Amino acid sequence: MKSGQALRELTRRDQVFEFLIKPRPPELDVRHNIILYLEALNKSFDGFKAISNLNLYIETGELRCIIGPNGAGKSTMMDIITGKTRPDSGQAWFGQRLDLLSMDEPQIAEAGIGRKFQKPTVFEKLSVFQNLELAMAQDKRVWPLLLTRLSAEQRDLIDEVMYLIGLQALATDPAGKLSHGQKQWLEIGMLLMQKPALLLVDEPVAGMTHQEMERTAELLTSLAGKHSVVVVEHDMDFVRSIARKVTVLHQGNVLAEGSMADVQNDPRVVEVYLGE
Amino acid sequence: MGMLDLLRNDKAGRWMLATLLLVSVLVPVLNLLVPQDSAFHLSTYAVTLLGKYLTYALLALAADLVWGYLGILSLGHGAFFALGGYAMGMYLMRQIGERGVYGDPLLPDFMVFLNWHELPWFWHGFDQFWFAALMVLLVPGLLAYVLGFLAFRSRVTGVYLSIITQATTYALMLAFFRNEMGFGGNNGLTDFKDLLGFDLRTDHTRIGLFLASSAALGLAYLLTRYIVCSRLGLASVAIRDAESRSRFIGYRVENIKLWVFVYSAVLAGIAGALYVPQVGIINPGEFSPLNSIELVIWVAIGGRGTLYGAVVGALLVNYAKTYFTAALPEVWLFALGGLFVLVTLYLPKGIVGLRRMREERA
Repeated sequence: MKSGQALRELTRRDQVFEFLIKPRPPELDVRHNIILYLEALNKSFDGFKAISNLNLYIETGELRCIIGPNGAGKSTMMDIITGKTRPDSGQAWFGQRLDLLSMDEPQIAEAGIGRKFQKPTVFEKLSVFQNLELAMAQDKRVWPLLLTRLSAEQRDLIDEVMYLIGLQALATDPAGKLSHGQKQWLEIGMLLMQKPALLLVDEPVAGMTHQEMERTAELLTSLAGKHSVVVVEHDMDFVRSIARKVTVLHQGNVLAEGSMADVQNDPRVVEVYLGE
Repeated sequence: MGMLDLLRNDKAGRWMLATLLLVSVLVPVLNLLVPQDSAFHLSTYAVTLLGKYLTYALLALAADLVWGYLGILSLGHGAFFALGGYAMGMYLMRQIGERGVYGDPLLPDFMVFLNWHELPWFWHGFDQFWFAALMVLLVPGLLAYVLGFLAFRSRVTGVYLSIITQATTYALMLAFFRNEMGFGGNNGLTDFKDLLGFDLRTDHTRIGLFLASSAALGLAYLLTRYIVCSRLGLASVAIRDAESRSRFIGYRVENIKLWVFVYSAVLAGIAGALYVPQVGIINPGEFSPLNSIELVIWVAIGGRGTLYGAVVGALLVNYAKTYFTAALPEVWLFALGGLFVLVTLYLPKGIVGLRRMREERA
């Protein structure tokens, strides 16, 4: 009787076998309007405390600038968020449910955190279009990659992003031939192709001309709202031109947080950073 | 992607395939239909030589996929070639049957000579062609899978990976040299009689093997070209040029490397299986690290990262080798070394890069 029932379970046509159902990772949950929680993080390298008891919260849709002198722990913080380094202690959550510390780099990228590096690293031998095509959010397993073809929808998305970063005229040019500023935009475009909820942007205007800088500021502010954006930057003029909220890091800890004006007038900040 | 789409932007590939087709028609005609005393007659020796070159070209194609498109410089691809060859050789040995020197219906000659009384377990099944053919694909593929799984997961890259692959082929060579291994020791497997019932010494079988090699090369080129043009191919190039960046975008670098490597090893195995019946012998010398290094030189000279360049390189260098080792045997290794140095210094994109260089200058 019992085996008969088990057999009937197996032949049910309204559902697939249980072992075929893939466990789904929990989805990004931002009900409390906060997309990134960093709590009590610590990380030291050979005794040097790169991050000490760092607490940081990023709201959904926010454009946050993070500044701080060299060695303040900005890059280490980014590394922890993207899974490149593990903290010694503390917690990092993406929304309410995704524990970043239990995920590896590709998983974090897939969950919706995109990072732009300090030095632009685009795929130089591939064209602008191909760079964006590779960066697209898609099934990245071997077999689907081999069989997939570019759909009209995907082509539209790529065109849209190329328009946004102003490179549509250079679609078939190899990325290696782009100027420094154009490479930076291509990188941002590649980030956007992943449809990330949270964008981490590392020194976007280093080495840019003034015009390129203005264009970048426009680009980043237009992204906020749809995405949450965290910008790490040295250039104070640039930060002033885009920032609504600024966090100052110092010795691996948050020194001050608030509007640009508030932060600039904070005596401690002036002492360690702006006053120099 | 249809086949036409695949070749639309590949002028050189179209030329190569057209040439291959032309040669595949001409060679049988010149060998079988043109009378032997005519100046246009092609000797069976030449047919077999050409067939051998084609299997080398297939091997070079396999190596170029992983080196030129994925940045994995394998210095042990000869091992996959030799394993495919041994699998085919074992089938051919079992086909000899009672016609061996000792006339044992079951045991190959070398086993009788070693005083063995039964067939080792791993020789079972090789009397069936389908089984041997399956092993030609599986054995090199499995070795590549294990090697790749361990190496790529631990993120071993660059020169370390090259050394590991080189060490693998060297270790296999030493192992296959031993009589106890049951693969004929340093004599290897030879004295083959027939393949699928066709006598290996007749002209028709020789032509058949040549055509099979030609077809294998053509199909492998198309399939590999499909991979290179797919998004997987784009991802491979991305991994070659900026591995950690690809990882950040969300590509499982180790999986992509692993499966492309396995595919390449299987191609090399097929090349080996076609090679053995044409040259009539397989011995542990095929595992020699020198072979794998020579293979890399073919690809470098032809021009890596183009696929057809590897084919051109393999054909040219091997033709030169045949010529030099007959005319000036002492000179050959110096010529090969010198050619490699010259190509590396002055033609980083190989011989096929010459055409592109001229186009860019124009």
